Amino acid sequence: MIISVASGKGGTGKTTVAVSLALTAASSRPGRVQLLDCDVEEPNCNLLLGMSLETVEEVKLGVPDIDKAKCNFCGKCADFCNYHALAVLPSDVMVFSELCHGCGGCMLLCPNGAIGEKTRTVGTIQHGQKDGIELYQGLLNIGEAVAVPVIKALKRKMDSERLVILDSSPGAACPVVETIRGSDLCLLVTEPTPFGLHDLKIAVQVARKLKVPFGVVINRDGIGDGRVDDWCKNEKIPVIIRVPNSLEVARLYSKGIPPAIGIPDLKERFVELLKVVEGWT
Amino acid sequence: MSGGTHIKQLTVISGKGGTGKTTLVAAFASLAKNAVLADCDVDAADLHLILKPEILERQDFTGLRQAEIDGQKCTGCGKCREHCHFGAIGEDFLVIQDRCEGCGVCRLVCPAGAVRLEERKAGEAYLSRMRFGPMSHAELEPGGEASGKLVSLVIANARKLAVKEGRGLIIIDGPPGTGCPVIASIGGSDLALVITEPSLSGIHDMERVLAVCEHFRVPAAVCINKHDINDTNTCAIEIWCKSKGLDVVGKIPYAEVTTRAMIAGKTVIEFDEGGIGRDVAALWSKVLGHLGS
Repeated sequence: MIISVASGKGGTGKTTVAVSLALTAASSRPGRVQLLDCDVEEPNCNLLLGMSLETVEEVKLGVPDIDKAKCNFCGKCADFCNYHALAVLPSDVMVFSELCHGCGGCMLLCPNGAIGEKTRTVGTIQHGQKDGIELYQGLLNIGEAVAVPVIKALKRKMDSERLVILDSSPGAACPVVETIRGSDLCLLVTEPTPFGLHDLKIAVQVARKLKVPFGVVINRDGIGDGRVDDWCKNEKIPVIIRVPNSLEVARLYSKGIPPAIGIPDLKERFVELLKVVEGWT
Repeated sequence: MSGGTHIKQLTVISGKGGTGKTTLVAAFASLAKNAVLADCDVDAADLHLILKPEILERQDFTGLRQAEIDGQKCTGCGKCREHCHFGAIGEDFLVIQDRCEGCGVCRLVCPAGAVRLEERKAGEAYLSRMRFGPMSHAELEPGGEASGKLVSLVIANARKLAVKEGRGLIIIDGPPGTGCPVIASIGGSDLALVITEPSLSGIHDMERVLAVCEHFRVPAAVCINKHDINDTNTCAIEIWCKSKGLDVVGKIPYAEVTTRAMIAGKTVIEFDEGGIGRDVAALWSKVLGHLGS
């Protein structure tokens, strides 16, 4: 079973929910839980888990490699490239690798067979294991623009025989789409504030577009107003659990302690969440 | 400052989401005398909820093109599927829209001429006016591609507004993360103000986004929000910044009044001038110092 955790707005508690759910599940069936940190721009799960991680894969993209002895500078490759990753000058070709999406079109169409492929590392996949949880995290290299190839590589590590939990990046653009696509359930974590509600609405549209079933987790319950509740009720969206607003949670989190470990009452809420998740059909 | 000279650009980023970027940018709008506001968090834009702009001009944003296969012409040879690196050609040769990156390889290899590449609306950009002046913002279609391209459009629109109205500063509310929309947001900025919080993830994400600033040679300064949540970590951030030659330009305490201001649709300067507003005003004057204004 694949559960993704997303939010729209950043800082609503996705990582706290994903890690707490993983820990709760692992305490009853160690070794049957996989956690994938798909926020490859800013992965944080392991700050709460403290595993020692090992790099198990470099994520590579194929980018054009121009053989200038064969190239006649006709410019067809640059005309074709929709990403402006190639520029052909009267006697030179410039390749802007970080703009290349790796479609392979230039290699296919070059009339002189002057374009080969070389690979470029855009990120890494790391692995660790502790407390009955297997963790994979993706890490996008600094200065790289495109997170999706790293997320795709990360998702190839999924073992859907187990409970797989995917921690998404915030927002509603391509990295989020890539993360939640194909999940059996998406938990949308929000907070009861105007920003939380506005971004929840966007996240709901993404989940609906991808036809992924979803439910809402209200974090910092009590901090704002009742508009998130009212909206969910109107839209018939289930609010699965609420995590009360507390400075204690924020303090534990700041030290890297998963609040579900430090606060007994919260532990019970995640047991409840796990029950709902596992009973989801 | 006059509009004819260099228009300065301040981008507020954080790495980690939810550290308070938008709350602080809205407050800066209250305090700035001569600025254009730009919301570059295009896939989860919230600044308009506080600044309530009146939209004066709308522009359609077309992101990446999308392949379309004409079922009448398609012979089902499978060349498109074989060559598509994105797995975007589905069953029955229908294009899976949210996988297609618009590269055109399918059109290149199709022997039947059955593929067209279509421009597709992927969002809207807005030129607006709000109570503190002009504002440029946008809305990416949920799940949309090319957010970096839309960010560049929002900044170009902000520059247009700045020139037209003789404003000398663009204040950008940036997106979280380190990827394409962040890179597009900090490009050409005179200062990246990184808002962090004293949590382990706040620190980790700040360090990464500061590395992105360094990579693209954008000068940076740091503000610690909710500093009193963890004094030890706040101290660690200050020591680390000092060792890197980075200025900590502000420390803002944790305050639930910021949520009440948000619910009231007001900036913290309008809502709590004598309280947290004073800390934010002190931050703003240091930021102006960094911008040389």
